[in-house]
Amino acid sequence: MLRILGKVQRIGIITESLSPWDEPALSQIGEQLKAAVGGRFRGSLAIRQVDAGSCNGCELEIQALNNPYYGIERFGVHFVASPRHADLLLVTGPVSRHMEEALRRVHAATPDPKLVIAVGTCGATGGEFGVNYASAGAVSNVVPVDAVITGCPPTPLDLMRGILEAIDARKAGRTSASR
Amino acid sequence: MRRFDWLDPFLGRLVSEDVAVRELPAGTGLAPARVIGVDADDWGKLGQTARHWGCRWVGCWGDDVGEHFHLYSCFEKDRGYLLARTAVRRLTPILPSHAPYFAAADRAERHLQDLFGVAFGDHPDARRWIRHQAWKDSEYPLRKDFPLAGHPQPQTPADNHYKFLFAQGSGVCEIPVGPVHASIIEPGHFRFQAIGETVLHLEQRLGYVHKGTEKLAEGRDATGLARLAARVSGDSTVAHSWAACMAMEKAAGLEVPARALALRAVMAERERIANHLGDIGAICSDVSFSFAFYQFSRLRELWQRVNRAAFGHRLLMDCIVPGGVATDLATEAIVAQHEQIRTFRPQLARLMDILNTSPTVEDRLIGTGKLNPELAAEFGALGYVGRASGIDLDVRRDSPYAPYDALTVPVPVHRSGDVAARILVRAEEISNSFALIETLLDKLVPGPTHAPWVPPAGEATGLGVVEGWRGETLAFVRFGNDGHIARYYPRDPSTINWPLLELLIHENIVPDFPVCNKSVNGSYSGNDL
Repeated sequence: MLRILGKVQRIGIITESLSPWDEPALSQIGEQLKAAVGGRFRGSLAIRQVDAGSCNGCELEIQALNNPYYGIERFGVHFVASPRHADLLLVTGPVSRHMEEALRRVHAATPDPKLVIAVGTCGATGGEFGVNYASAGAVSNVVPVDAVITGCPPTPLDLMRGILEAIDARKAGRTSASR
Repeated sequence: MRRFDWLDPFLGRLVSEDVAVRELPAGTGLAPARVIGVDADDWGKLGQTARHWGCRWVGCWGDDVGEHFHLYSCFEKDRGYLLARTAVRRLTPILPSHAPYFAAADRAERHLQDLFGVAFGDHPDARRWIRHQAWKDSEYPLRKDFPLAGHPQPQTPADNHYKFLFAQGSGVCEIPVGPVHASIIEPGHFRFQAIGETVLHLEQRLGYVHKGTEKLAEGRDATGLARLAARVSGDSTVAHSWAACMAMEKAAGLEVPARALALRAVMAERERIANHLGDIGAICSDVSFSFAFYQFSRLRELWQRVNRAAFGHRLLMDCIVPGGVATDLATEAIVAQHEQIRTFRPQLARLMDILNTSPTVEDRLIGTGKLNPELAAEFGALGYVGRASGIDLDVRRDSPYAPYDALTVPVPVHRSGDVAARILVRAEEISNSFALIETLLDKLVPGPTHAPWVPPAGEATGLGVVEGWRGETLAFVRFGNDGHIARYYPRDPSTINWPLLELLIHENIVPDFPVCNKSVNGSYSGNDL
């Protein structure tokens, strides 16, 4: 136990203030995200991630949001196990036809008002896979989508920025629930 | 023992059983594998004899060449790969099954059944496998006359009528899990039959992320295929792109510069370390040892950042291209990698020491999800799953390809076969890969990182075999006369390892399933294609 505590103390808090190694604008993103989550979701934004056919690349980067460098929970954003607990669906694609119905059911099970973000180039456009006998392509071909985060895969910072933008878009009234 | 000492007596045995077997030219594309042709009627005898001979079943795939379908089965013995080929008529595609002799052939043949319409007469399980409801049972997507777009319905319905094994009796309950899982992972369905918390039986239903990968390859040029291969399984992007590029380069007889090969190996070892770090942390997270989860995910993040600085991508996607690598490695990136390994080594040692001496972790991991060596051998378990259960196999050492042919690759092997052993193997592999990267960087020769791609003149086939972080990874390609891809089949090691999870979970408790699953970490995307 002492060794664990020792290690914890030696490493200290490494969670980054999101300053500059990528681009200066991101130093504000975390704080904006926290403010947005605080204001519009009473401090808690629950995300249900759905892999609807991804190669698993996007999942690795979404998982990274929980590592101590990004520590997305500090902004009140957390991943939940059930769509029934979720405010936001983070859907990776392309949507395989075998996952189509599962995705529709997850979408239906998520309480309104809800946000849907299509993640990754495949989720946004179908990417390398497009539409074919086994792939329905972009997430928006199957469920209404509020925002997309492109990248193959998007980096954790891209993901954070994309989530913030989606929240902002909701403020402007452009949500799937309002369609 | 030389690599193919066993082959002549093996072929002699087949001949003595009246099997008309002939050796076919392997060409540069398939060598060092040897290739034989067998009549379709004798396909079963081939499987039976290979089984008696102690061959390992590696994979099988099909290829629509017009009047006929070519069917390939790949075996391995004493580090030599044997590729057997037969032809079935398009109008009567019937073939004896290898599944009665090799358990690992079961799902792979059902994959062929669903996608080519080949009927395996004596297959023990006639159910569909990769097909859900996206296409009809009278349609076969990998036949050339099936259009890539298919004939989809406006909405694909759920696949409700798959017949799972069903247990009855006092206290037996059924637990369906998935395809959408509770955490941030890929989709698949698990059907548990349990008594109380104890798992009587687990049945997997995969195929949810089948997205037409094999069909999409058809007609692509080499660069396009490399991009697709990089997305067969995002966590194994280096392994699959390397295997696919190796297959294409061998088919085209293209010499890849030494510097490019060394950089590919650096990437492959970096991919191995990244996944091992992430998974050890995730396994600890599954037993609520969050300290280790945060420590290992911290190391993984730092590792990925150096990937990006050195090669331009955090997961190293699209960094391997036909003929070489996409970018050269700058001197600063070499220094940064050395420096990172220097700082990681003591940290890893200390973390593993904490893991190995924490009673709460030991209690959950030791003896959990045991795969005994006999079963592992029976299925030909690959990668760390096999090596934790006594299977001493690593392509980098056993069938080495450049640059590993000039390196010593230590292969850690344990026999206890539990989750703890799989972690141990992976931790040891991280250390070994640190040393390999250091050697590769120290010996890095100057020179070009890319040879211009020249497609093969006529029809040509190629086979690439590499040791990815999950284990032996195969790619088969056939070029058409136009220099474009006519057929691509990637065999992810998960295809072999997935059924083992069904076996090693037996008699464990349902709450230990996540940790057992993570310790095997099969790729859904690589399996479903």
